[in-house]
Amino acid sequence: MRPLTDVETERLFEKLANYIGRNITHLIDRPTDPHCFRVQKDRVYYVRESIARLATSVAKANLLSLGTCLGKFTKTGKFKLHVTALDHIASHAKYKVWVKPNGEMPFLYGNNVLKAHVGRISEDTPEHQGVVIYSMNDTPLGFGVTARSTHEVRRLDPTSITAFRQSDVGEYLRDEDTLF
Amino acid sequence: MGKGRSKHKQGPPAPLDESLVTRKRKPEDIPVESPVRSKRRRGGAAKGKTDKRGEPIANSKKDSKRKKSATVPPLAREAKKDLFSDDSDDGIVDDEFDAESGDEETEDGRPSLKDDFLAGESGSDVYDSGEEQAGHIFSEDEDESDAEEKLTAANIEGLSRKLDAQLAHEAAEAQAELEESAMQTNIAGEPKPHILGDPNDEDDQAALATPDVTLLRTRITDTIRVLEDFSNLAEEGRSRADYTEQILKDICAYYGYSEFLAEKLFHLFSPQEAFSFFEANEKERPHVIRTNTLKTGRRELAQALINRGVTLEPVGKWSKVGLQIFESQVPLGATPEYLAGHYILQAASSFLPVMSLAPQENERILDMAAAPGGKTTYISALMKNTGCVFANDSNRARTKGLIGNIHRLGVKNTIVCNYDAKEFPKVIGGFDRVLLDAPCSGTGVISKDPSVKTNKNAKDFMLLPHLQKQLLLCAIDSVDHSSPTGGYLVYSTCSVTVEENESVVEYALRKRPNVKLVETGLTFGREGFTSYRGKTFNEKMKWARRFYPHMYNVDGFFVAKFKKIGPTKAAATSGAKADRIPEDEGDGVDNDDIPFGGFDDEADKELMEKAAKRHLKKKGIKPRAVVADHSAGEATAIEKPKAVGEGSTGKDQAPKKKGKTLGKREKQAKK
Repeated sequence: MRPLTDVETERLFEKLANYIGRNITHLIDRPTDPHCFRVQKDRVYYVRESIARLATSVAKANLLSLGTCLGKFTKTGKFKLHVTALDHIASHAKYKVWVKPNGEMPFLYGNNVLKAHVGRISEDTPEHQGVVIYSMNDTPLGFGVTARSTHEVRRLDPTSITAFRQSDVGEYLRDEDTLF
Repeated sequence: MGKGRSKHKQGPPAPLDESLVTRKRKPEDIPVESPVRSKRRRGGAAKGKTDKRGEPIANSKKDSKRKKSATVPPLAREAKKDLFSDDSDDGIVDDEFDAESGDEETEDGRPSLKDDFLAGESGSDVYDSGEEQAGHIFSEDEDESDAEEKLTAANIEGLSRKLDAQLAHEAAEAQAELEESAMQTNIAGEPKPHILGDPNDEDDQAALATPDVTLLRTRITDTIRVLEDFSNLAEEGRSRADYTEQILKDICAYYGYSEFLAEKLFHLFSPQEAFSFFEANEKERPHVIRTNTLKTGRRELAQALINRGVTLEPVGKWSKVGLQIFESQVPLGATPEYLAGHYILQAASSFLPVMSLAPQENERILDMAAAPGGKTTYISALMKNTGCVFANDSNRARTKGLIGNIHRLGVKNTIVCNYDAKEFPKVIGGFDRVLLDAPCSGTGVISKDPSVKTNKNAKDFMLLPHLQKQLLLCAIDSVDHSSPTGGYLVYSTCSVTVEENESVVEYALRKRPNVKLVETGLTFGREGFTSYRGKTFNEKMKWARRFYPHMYNVDGFFVAKFKKIGPTKAAATSGAKADRIPEDEGDGVDNDDIPFGGFDDEADKELMEKAAKRHLKKKGIKPRAVVADHSAGEATAIEKPKAVGEGSTGKDQAPKKKGKTLGKREKQAKK
């Protein structure tokens, strides 16, 4: 377990900024409840500092997880955001897409979000912007990137893709073996 | 009155008789059963209390028999009816029923009556019984009935007189019986279950012949009845052990338990309760989910699930987060609510240790065997994601599910580690609370995993408690006694056996005088045993709680809560270590003194050589080649470890090194 290097921090923040923009500061600056990022075996964890300190007593080989896993660094050094980060992203998300009840299951099975399934979409969402996907009762279901801007979406036909899926909570079942 | 009695007498045992007849048991049974019955009757008479009642019964029977002897009963009745129907309907109807009951009685109890009244009218009795049988068997034959009619016509007067006499007797008897308690009537009315005890004699035959399920079941229930009221219902000359043995055999056959486990479980309860325990193990427990209070409330979750076509209701007053599922049109492990972490599938019983632990906010808590995370996430939810929870599990494969659940439920205060839990005070100690849900035999969750029925043997019940004791000591040592809010430890298993529960707790109390049992804070559950089959436990054991599937419809479970009141003395832990080592290696110190034990260096050397050879073979190296090689080059190097080799580590490592270096050398040679 170690803090991130500068390069790693940069890559991580770049990715996070995709979804939460400047709200990243809310993650970093929490004067009442200081949190930090830690790397443990290529996984990045976002964790309360007090817990990170306690975790130092656990040997590297035996430490499997602490706090919340945000994602992992691939072997090429890129950062891949995991669905486990959804909690933290969703609470700070800038752009959101809500899917109707009939679109929930298709999305949770790993499909992209179709125009027909979109119930609402944040105003002024640009094209290729990271968004958090919600169900109509405001439960975060995953995240992805928009295929079209909000204006264009209005003119799309029902079967065309509105947002590309990147991660969804269905992965807890589908990818349990590789996710952790 | 007569009607009621006859029903009582005829009621329950009839089907059993049939089954026994079909199995051709009857001829063998009768001699066994008869003395008992007569004995009991005699015994009853001796008591004095039943004296009054006993005799009238006998008399009435005698009477009915006499009457029969005169009339040849079953078909005679019709004639009777015709003749007497004008006079006194009621009386005669009653009589008829009594006669009927008398028939049945005497048919079964024929020999006993013989015993009783042999002196008086043995001749008539013998004749009587013979004709009775004939009557029964050929009652349809016309010739017979003709003959009977003649007979009845001849005896009508005598018959009527006897009937009157019997009526009077019957009335008197009924009165007497009324005065006695209903209970006693019942007891007197059910002499027949004893037949079921008999198969003891021919166990082997029975076992071979038919594993007849219904028969087994009735026999189990009847044996239980006997065991429940042994002094009254047991057969003469049969001990309680005989019945117990029989019922254990039946249970093994009926439910498919190994004999060992059936016995172990049977003795935990009264026979009746044991039966309902075994029955409950066949039924599935209701599915229960726990609301994740970090993300949603129970009401919202219930509403959301009802909208998906799930029928549910709160699991009980004792839990504010549990929902019991009755039926569901969707898979509960894959609804959007599940994936979003609004609930977790968790057995109701596994709420209990966490509720007992009662974690407070901002504490540091250790869950020593955490996977799959139901309890860990519940702890975190109760702490509202503050403080810190160490979730440890020794099985790496199972930690994947644990981490998955932790993240899915939005738990952010955990550290997941993969240690053998026995290492724990060394890794990190000083916890405010520790939860030890120990690995166990799973005798409480047989309904979930029926393989337990057969695959647990005596060895498991030695090894598991040993492990549990070690873990519990480690857990105790990991608790911070001076914690302002805590200093508590909860020990739980999903097993119901005493070896894994009370014995372990007792061991810990003895080994660590700095802990005491405290109340679990659970509002229901059976008290722990303070004594069990000759063992006595700490009297505070009553504060531990046992949960049984047949009582609360939760899995079988045990929960005990400790409070640590002082630091563990250094001597205790070192002593424990000293204990532990001999336990593993078999009392190394003592062995030298005992002539039986000790080390035989010569023999050891041979064994070690063999082991080294085997090891090399495993690595794919021919031992002979190695020996040759060594003798040429490193002869001394081999000899050294062997000479040293009493320590187990030295023994293990030496061949390894050898193997590696030699392996390399061989490879080089091949090149």
